Amino acid sequence: MSQYRVLPGPEHFLPPAAASMGIQLPNPGEAHINGVIVSEDKAYEEAAKQFLMAKVPTIFPGPLVLWAWNEKAAKKATAVRHLYNTLKECVQPGQTPMLIPMPDYRPKYPKINPEVEINPNHPNLTIWHNKIDCCMFIGVHCHQANLSLKIIRGGTSCYTIAMCAQAGHEDAMLSFRDASVEKIMKLAEWVKKLKGTVQPRLTSAKSGASN
Amino acid sequence: MSKEKIKISEALYDIMPSDYQDLVKSATYGKEDRGWKDIGSSKELIEQHSLCAGCPESMAFRYILASLPNPEDTVMVGSTGCTSLVFPMVAVHNIHSLFGNQNAIASGLKRALSVRFPGRTKDVVVLAGDGATVDIGLDMTLQAWFRQEKFTTICFDNELYANTGGQESGLMQKGFVAKMAPVGKLFDKVRLPEIARESGCHYVVNCTVSKPSLIEKVIRNAVHIAREIGPTYLQLYTPCILEIGKNSMEGLQEMRDSEKPTERFAYKEYVSEPAKQLLAELAAKDKEKKAAAKQLASQEA
Repeated sequence: MSQYRVLPGPEHFLPPAAASMGIQLPNPGEAHINGVIVSEDKAYEEAAKQFLMAKVPTIFPGPLVLWAWNEKAAKKATAVRHLYNTLKECVQPGQTPMLIPMPDYRPKYPKINPEVEINPNHPNLTIWHNKIDCCMFIGVHCHQANLSLKIIRGGTSCYTIAMCAQAGHEDAMLSFRDASVEKIMKLAEWVKKLKGTVQPRLTSAKSGASN
Repeated sequence: MSKEKIKISEALYDIMPSDYQDLVKSATYGKEDRGWKDIGSSKELIEQHSLCAGCPESMAFRYILASLPNPEDTVMVGSTGCTSLVFPMVAVHNIHSLFGNQNAIASGLKRALSVRFPGRTKDVVVLAGDGATVDIGLDMTLQAWFRQEKFTTICFDNELYANTGGQESGLMQKGFVAKMAPVGKLFDKVRLPEIARESGCHYVVNCTVSKPSLIEKVIRNAVHIAREIGPTYLQLYTPCILEIGKNSMEGLQEMRDSEKPTERFAYKEYVSEPAKQLLAELAAKDKEKKAAAKQLASQEA
């Protein structure tokens, strides 16, 4: 088993792909935390804790849920909105949850507006600008999510969660697989369940992303 | 992708940046008679661009994007150059190829789209500079035409390598001295429109982008002919005002000066016989449609 752990960065300019360091993807019904395979329930609990601890917990919905390609995508979008609303209800004063879209993958040039969107080719800009210390990717195609997660791990101290509809992401600090409406709703339930039991890190050195 | 797919999920509509909301609300995807006159009254398919102030290439982009007959089902293939700085802000599917192999990529793409979406119209349009089309990519350009690949090739001809500082290109005019070509061009401008005609293109136009209505017409013709018959080629003069020592406001005049009857960008058009027949059929259909619409309007009144 690999000794490498997928931890919040900044790791360095070009962090290795976690897969190349021996990190494996979870099997159905499992997830991973920092590269260690765990049960899905443990991952829900940890993801909810991370959200409730963060100063700026943020959800980044990608094109697969932002655009209503089909009924399933629209339902997932509703579930994402529910998770965000739950998060807003459950955080304490001083914590500011955000919902920032990744509408497409164009390497927008010369710049993006980090207040209103995130771009997979320079996700660190949005994270730095909003001082995001915990984020979740959902509805982002895997190859773009991998790219972004590595850049985030390389240049920021943001904790990354991937709610992946496929086999999960080694490069996230916590990754679910086979994302569905039910799984998003279950995460929202866990956030509600842990409300008030987690101390937010409002003043610690960890708060805010490194730049 | 068809225009029905271009919908934002209702639950997340409010967080989408306004340019995406505008694209869904008021862009002219799916509008049959879309054209340059929509500019100003609907959302353009180009958000902002990073070209120099007054660059004629930006005018060309706006007119072309406003004139594509089927933007929601069009894929554009670009190449390295000033155009590649614009494509990230364009709301039409596009692929950035390696320098020069844009026509090879477009060939494969067009064939793959025909297999993947049989019975559905999918247009492929190559848009590259003169370096990619005529110098480094000439092999791929010509081979695609020889094979009668059904897509349109547009060359933005600024007569040199502009964004690397002004090196000599095959389309530079004889005797021209550029910043990085101090000796002056020793041979004539390559006559690519004639070569295109001899290589099997069914529609070839050589002109400037000074007149939006003309660009609309040639783009529509080129795309329709490529869709039904075979390769088409447009060579559009988009002068690099910086490299020829002009000011921002002088691009349009430069194009007007270069399209005079004796100049190198005087309007030249070649249409093959099958293409002429197709254009006549399209014109007849258009006329019928307009007459029917007129009749319907008079009945309603």
